[in-house]
Amino acid sequence: MDNLLSIVTFIPALAAVILALFLRGDDEAAQRNAKYVALFATTITFLVSLGLYFQFDPANTGFQFLEERDWLMGLKYKMGVDGISVLFVLLTTFVMPLTILCSWEVKTRVKEYMVAFLLLETMMLGVFMALDLVLFYLFFEASLIPMFLIVGIWGGKDRIYASFKFFLYTFFGSVLMLVAMVAMYTDAGTTDIEALLAHSFSAGSFDVLGIHVVGGMQTLMFLAFFASFAVKMPMWPVHTWLPDAHVQAPTAGSVVLAAIMLKMGGYGFLRFSLPMFPVGAEVMTNVILWMSAIAIVYTSLVAMIQEDMKKLIAYSSVAHMGFVTMGIFAMNQQGIDGAIFQMLSHGFISAALFLCVGVIYDRMHTRDIDAYGGLVIRMPAFALIFMFFTMGNVGLPGTSGFIGEFLTLMGIFQTNTWVAFVATSGVIFSAGYALWLYRRVVFGDLIKESLKTITDMNAREKFIFAPLVAMTLILGVYPALITDIISPSTAALVENVNQSLAAADTSPVATQIASH
Amino acid sequence: MIQADLSVILPEIILALFAMGALLTAVYTVKDKLAGVLVWATAALMVILAIVIASMPEGTNVAFNGMFVDDAFARFSKSAILIVAAIVLVMGQEYMTRRDMLRFEYPILVALSVVGMMMMVSAGDLMSLYMGLELQSLALYVVASLRRDSAKSTEAGLKYFVLGALSSGLLLYGASLVYGFAGTTKFSGIIEVAEHGEVTIGLLFGLMFLISGLAFKVSAAPFHMWTPDVYEGSPTPVTAFFATAPKVAAMSLFARLMFDAFGAAIGDWQQVIAVLSVLSMFLGAVAAIGQRNIKRLMAYSSIAHMGYALIGLASGTEAGVAAMLTYMVIYITMNVGTFAFILMMEKDGKPVTDINALNRLSKKEPGKALALLVLFFSLAGVPPMLGFFAKYGVWRAGVDAGLTGLVIASAVASVIGAFYYLRIVYYMYFGAEGAEVETKGSPILGVALSASAILMVVGVIYQFGIEGAALSAATALVN
Repeated sequence: MDNLLSIVTFIPALAAVILALFLRGDDEAAQRNAKYVALFATTITFLVSLGLYFQFDPANTGFQFLEERDWLMGLKYKMGVDGISVLFVLLTTFVMPLTILCSWEVKTRVKEYMVAFLLLETMMLGVFMALDLVLFYLFFEASLIPMFLIVGIWGGKDRIYASFKFFLYTFFGSVLMLVAMVAMYTDAGTTDIEALLAHSFSAGSFDVLGIHVVGGMQTLMFLAFFASFAVKMPMWPVHTWLPDAHVQAPTAGSVVLAAIMLKMGGYGFLRFSLPMFPVGAEVMTNVILWMSAIAIVYTSLVAMIQEDMKKLIAYSSVAHMGFVTMGIFAMNQQGIDGAIFQMLSHGFISAALFLCVGVIYDRMHTRDIDAYGGLVIRMPAFALIFMFFTMGNVGLPGTSGFIGEFLTLMGIFQTNTWVAFVATSGVIFSAGYALWLYRRVVFGDLIKESLKTITDMNAREKFIFAPLVAMTLILGVYPALITDIISPSTAALVENVNQSLAAADTSPVATQIASH
Repeated sequence: MIQADLSVILPEIILALFAMGALLTAVYTVKDKLAGVLVWATAALMVILAIVIASMPEGTNVAFNGMFVDDAFARFSKSAILIVAAIVLVMGQEYMTRRDMLRFEYPILVALSVVGMMMMVSAGDLMSLYMGLELQSLALYVVASLRRDSAKSTEAGLKYFVLGALSSGLLLYGASLVYGFAGTTKFSGIIEVAEHGEVTIGLLFGLMFLISGLAFKVSAAPFHMWTPDVYEGSPTPVTAFFATAPKVAAMSLFARLMFDAFGAAIGDWQQVIAVLSVLSMFLGAVAAIGQRNIKRLMAYSSIAHMGYALIGLASGTEAGVAAMLTYMVIYITMNVGTFAFILMMEKDGKPVTDINALNRLSKKEPGKALALLVLFFSLAGVPPMLGFFAKYGVWRAGVDAGLTGLVIASAVASVIGAFYYLRIVYYMYFGAEGAEVETKGSPILGVALSASAILMVVGVIYQFGIEGAALSAATALVN
């Protein structure tokens, strides 16, 4: 199939259109049909996308499954995946059926809910496949609209505030990126990402408004892209929208947000920031590494004092994304491999943790940690699963969480030992907040009246967790499943960056920084 | 010679004669009872003229010694003006009939103002420019106060008239200065003077006054003050008209004057227009946040959008003008849909304009709410709607022309602006129970609303050749 990527991308959108146009009524039958159509469409998408996995040739570091068509304004509709992006595509298609399943109990506006999630899946898949700047931006931004509606319509008490904050924060970051994209087009004469990767942007220093800009245009463009991806990621100190959005979003929204949408930022760094503006990245590396280290330690500490389970997990996400940015900007093979691994692993683990919260929230309608305690007595299966993913979150060897953290730390240790030192302490803090959360919720005596009748997970819920447990374990003991696919591409990326840096002769950059 | 001249200006003559003929007929026969027929007849004539103009052979024709220019640029703008005027005219008919305010003068005045607009975009001389502008404006002053029994409508008309007269004064003063220092009122003469010698200080002063006068007409800040009041006070069908056709005409005239008469002095006006653009975008974005009245909100939205369109003009390139024209076409398409909805908003038979009334619209009218959602995200410039590509086009032209600062400022303004569009979506989808609006109106409104929303999405895949037409129009103007 020549257009496998387009097929994968637009199956969910097609299902959304069918749902929106042909499903009438809001009675129980219509609601059930909406759920089944959505589940069916996302499952088909997953099955079709498996074709990508089996036909993908890891040895080829270029883009595969290429599609190219003319589009308006001299732009191109161009899609393709390489070793960096193909697994994010699979992660998306893998998680989406689970989010639909976990929304089985949604009662209000089921049709619109499913349409929003299906459209969201199309947008997210498009982000990872687009090979045209504007096409990428289109998917990247368009994914905000369904998420805005998901948080705003089906969210919790303060959903309005959270949805506006989410939208405006990320929108602000993105428009700056768009300006940089336009500047890139002006400089390179094309919006084709493949061609842009081969183009070297000028890195001559100049003055803007009296400020000496080391690395010139590359640094400015890097910063513009950084504004967008850092917010999306999110990096400290622009992470504050995430806890709000997570807490207010419905469970499925949180899962998608944590498992996939955050990864768009990391993917953006790897696709644009690093290979296209290596000099800009080099100039900013130290700042970003320290921002990551602060994120790891600071948000771990913040997570410890949270009273709200979702907020705690949200802060833990920010800390884990700190490992990702740290690994990426270590700019060596282990670091970047580790960053991608960490993103994928976090996709499974954080999704599972939010699902765990969802399980007990559906029963008790509160996320206050204090409202729970002693759940192990009534819910042994839940206690087991929650334990497993808590360990994954902590980074216990044998789970995928360990591989990601270890690789990123190993990568960073080679370039900046102090950052590695600070970040490693974050591992301990993460054990602190995760285990303490577990103790307060699951262990202890079951003294709360309201908890005495709580029921354990039903078959549907167990079924949702099964694939996530499997993936976390498999990747934990056999990481080559992922690294075999990504390594050739990341090796090429690192090689590419090093060559550009050597060509741009970065030693003056270092001296320029020193002299200013 | 005269015959050749007349054949160039034939569409304008036909429309003018039609308007006068209709006036006489209506006055001497059944008066207002004829209004409904007149609306449809005027709209039909406009559509026919638009098709005729759009299918004219390429090339540039000049009439009356360069007073009147008919080129690809003029044809593009005229087709857009005629079509949108026809649509808006038809959209308002049922609304006005139901509220007993449809006078037979309304279609006639609209037709006359469209004649003025056609003169404006074809102007090749300061005199024909002024003539077209005044014909347009005078007709508009009258339609603004169409509701003679409403204080607000009368106030709108009066305000518009007084401030419009002021702007015309500025424009005339500028024109006289330009004449004094260039020795001619002809654009082709002015550009020769500017090309061959220095742009004298007097000429520059004249230019600035001309720009101020035109900024008034496109409602760019800081000459925007009339817009919110006039939008609010005028009957809604008239507001819909204000928000579409005259904007295209004034913007096209702006481009025509800048390039045909002062194309050799781009450096002198580029910065001025960039300032107008930044002020408009920020004022439009910030001031709209406090508005509860959807008509006032759309007024500020239009100020902001004119700012974005001006980026295209400020870049001073062919691509910039093409981007500006595309922007205007997309903008009026969005406005047609939005105003079609505003025309439908009512409660107990009375028109409603408070945005609170949109509460829970998505429950009652999921289809209309979805269409509005698409339109407002498009107005905010969020992809994948076409409104995003409108912005992308002008930004690309701006960066190409080295106006990166302006483009960054407009990016920031667009985020601020996104807030109030989102708020309307918020009322429609997240709002609490409360005063709810009813939507009533002719099926034409529903068709216009859904057509414009569908175009915003489908346009991303296929643009119906607008892009190519805009580019050849821009080529005709700039070269």
